Amino acid sequence: MKHKVAVTINGRKHEHEVEARLLLVHYLRDVVGLTGTHIGCDTSQCGACTIHVDGKAIKSCTMFAVQADGRNLTTIEGLAKEGKLHPIQQAFWDEHGLQCGYCTPGFIMAAAYLLEQNPNPTEDEIRRGLEGNLCRCTGYVNIVKSVQSAAKVMGGASTTAGRSAVTAGGE
Amino acid sequence: MIPAAFEYAKASSVDEAVKLLDRLGEDAKVLAGGHSLIPLMRLRLAQPKALVDINGIKGLDHIEVKGSKLHVGALARHVQIHSSQTVKESLPILAEVAAEVGDNQVRNMGTMGGVIAHGDAAGDYPTLALMLDADIVTNKRTIPARDFFKDIFTTALAANEIVTEVVFPVANGPHKYIKFRRRLFDWAIVGAAAQKVDGHWRVGLTNVGPTPVRAKAVEDALAKGAKPEEAAQHASDGLNPAGDLRASPEYKKHLARVLTKRAIEQAQ
Repeated sequence: MKHKVAVTINGRKHEHEVEARLLLVHYLRDVVGLTGTHIGCDTSQCGACTIHVDGKAIKSCTMFAVQADGRNLTTIEGLAKEGKLHPIQQAFWDEHGLQCGYCTPGFIMAAAYLLEQNPNPTEDEIRRGLEGNLCRCTGYVNIVKSVQSAAKVMGGASTTAGRSAVTAGGE
Repeated sequence: MIPAAFEYAKASSVDEAVKLLDRLGEDAKVLAGGHSLIPLMRLRLAQPKALVDINGIKGLDHIEVKGSKLHVGALARHVQIHSSQTVKESLPILAEVAAEVGDNQVRNMGTMGGVIAHGDAAGDYPTLALMLDADIVTNKRTIPARDFFKDIFTTALAANEIVTEVVFPVANGPHKYIKFRRRLFDWAIVGAAAQKVDGHWRVGLTNVGPTPVRAKAVEDALAKGAKPEEAAQHASDGLNPAGDLRASPEYKKHLARVLTKRAIEQAQ
């Protein structure tokens, strides 16, 4: 039996009929075609599939698509606006916060949630805030630097542009 | 990994959820945060025929103090529990434990009721519920925590019974929970909790047997005036933990003693 799922993803409405067992990450990638959200471990540990549901970071491999019915989702594709990278994306670029890049979408979504909760985190708070994401290249030093750099840009110089971009789908 | 097919139904009230469970039979499972159930389904270690999704039930995520009791609704998520001022003031050990469950993403989904109903001896809330004499409230009855956790992943819940809230005593005296693990977001290899309630120590252990453990022998020794390091020697009395990839039975017993000592000494 199929179930109707109506969701808003990155500000756009989508409606599909899906099997109950379809995981949200497979829905995003295979049904909607948003392949920026990655599948890493498939065991709820690595955080590569992190997206925001109603503004909260979650692992989309550990939720069924049917559970997302009526919710607002933001994926990595929803961060850049009008061709301009989100400040966190820019910071990962500037600080070389990635090596192979596979874990990067999840890290950026987790970092966006972290900075929403705590716009000016210490290094320890960043490391704790990203505990649910694994980088098998072990590039954590530059990932932490990227988040620190993004926090400065987003908190310091004004703009909440970054933050409103993150929640655009959620508010 | 794709879970086996199942029937899915959303409940908007506890009554409706119970009716659905009655209709769908023993192979139906309740879906709350899903962070134990969905991984098990992906690995096909669990293949429920049906899921009853209770996430849409309103009013089941309450956190409130009534008299000398803290009521935590079954759908209260870890993030709510650890950030709740009510919990921080009335039972700070619970707020501290909630902050150390999984990671941010897990804490945004996982629930009090889910952890309790799953009955994993590596879970942290069951240890607190047992050592603090909490009550598990369901749609049918109130079950004292000491009668609730029966065996490995086995609780007193009937197939059509749903946890609605957990009722803890208010206790804001000295306390400490120590979770020994290799990575920040891991389950405890062994955990030890100490909490003073009305002048008496309560001591509990996580992941040292099929169910959570209340370390009565340690409590009794402390009551008789033993120093923490002496009392903690009894933490492994009667334990027969299973070994796993991360720790042998002997090592777990060693950890039980060491962590119990530290929890009592560091309690504040």
